[in-house]
Amino acid sequence: MAQEGQQHPLSIYFFIWGLLFVLSFFSYMVDYLNLQGGLRWALILLFMFLKAGFIVSIFMHLAWERLALKMAILAPPIALMVLVCLMAIEADYTFLTRIVFFGEGAPLPVHH
Amino acid sequence: MSEAALTDTGEVLPVGTKGVVVDFSADKQAFQVPWGKAMMWFFLLSDTFIFGSFLTGYMTVRMSVTDAWPIPSEVFALSFGGEPIPLILIAIMTFILISSSGTMAMAVNMGYRKDRNKTFWLMVATAAFGVMFVSMQAFEWTKLIEEGVRPWVNPMGAAQFGSTFFMITGFHGLHVSAGVIYLLVIAFRVKNGFYEKRGGNYEIVEITGLYWHFVDLVWVFIFAFFYLW
Repeated sequence: MAQEGQQHPLSIYFFIWGLLFVLSFFSYMVDYLNLQGGLRWALILLFMFLKAGFIVSIFMHLAWERLALKMAILAPPIALMVLVCLMAIEADYTFLTRIVFFGEGAPLPVHH
Repeated sequence: MSEAALTDTGEVLPVGTKGVVVDFSADKQAFQVPWGKAMMWFFLLSDTFIFGSFLTGYMTVRMSVTDAWPIPSEVFALSFGGEPIPLILIAIMTFILISSSGTMAMAVNMGYRKDRNKTFWLMVATAAFGVMFVSMQAFEWTKLIEEGVRPWVNPMGAAQFGSTFFMITGFHGLHVSAGVIYLLVIAFRVKNGFYEKRGGNYEIVEITGLYWHFVDLVWVFIFAFFYLW
């Protein structure tokens, strides 16, 4: 049985904690500054993945676990991301067909 | 930084990809962690699929409706007698949840140092932050319900906004509430020496921490996809 109770200096947790506040502030600024389009999407996703990454790897300790456990945890969410891509393609198609065949809401600027 | 994993006979297990092969071909157990930790990770994986399905469904609905989708920064703005500040309550809620993750991480550390008193108070602080979060979410709900948003209708635009909002934040709020109860139960057990009688093993604090960090993690995704997008 592997040794448990690996302790790391508290300072690393404080540093990441501070970083999470900073990243959250940046995420909030994306909206406050009313950035739009590709830049908005890119920054939202970047800060989101950075925050998620730090929480999982440091706070949830995954960085220090064995590779087998890391792979078991990280592979399913990758499968989920494949689902997200497929559903995005389908949703886009549904949207277009609703406009073309049902003549729905074309003049409205839809907020994606 | 990490201690090497050992077999029952004391040999050091290989790391990296070789370690993956050795782990998965082992005869007793695949994951060299206490069973409680492994089970909590597996539960969190299943929960990832639940929230993942909800968020994917929300994405699909939002992308495919032709009705206007309400703009979150306007819907969730609050004014304190002046200009409405966009998303201010959500920003505060995020701040609170991140603070709670910090107190939780410290509690785990204190637990391994066997400082029962500090562990107890840090877990109680984490739970208190959780209660604050749920209260604010409840306030958001009442505000939206007052404005006529329902799971089946929405005066501000697409009817699906209500159902996705209430379902996703509702499930998340439920998880936070359950986490608060879980935290308090474990905190009091730590304080009362329950784990001293069982050999002084405080892994349970780390396992509780895994659940709580997951709750924060889900909020990171909800915050990005629902409120910011």
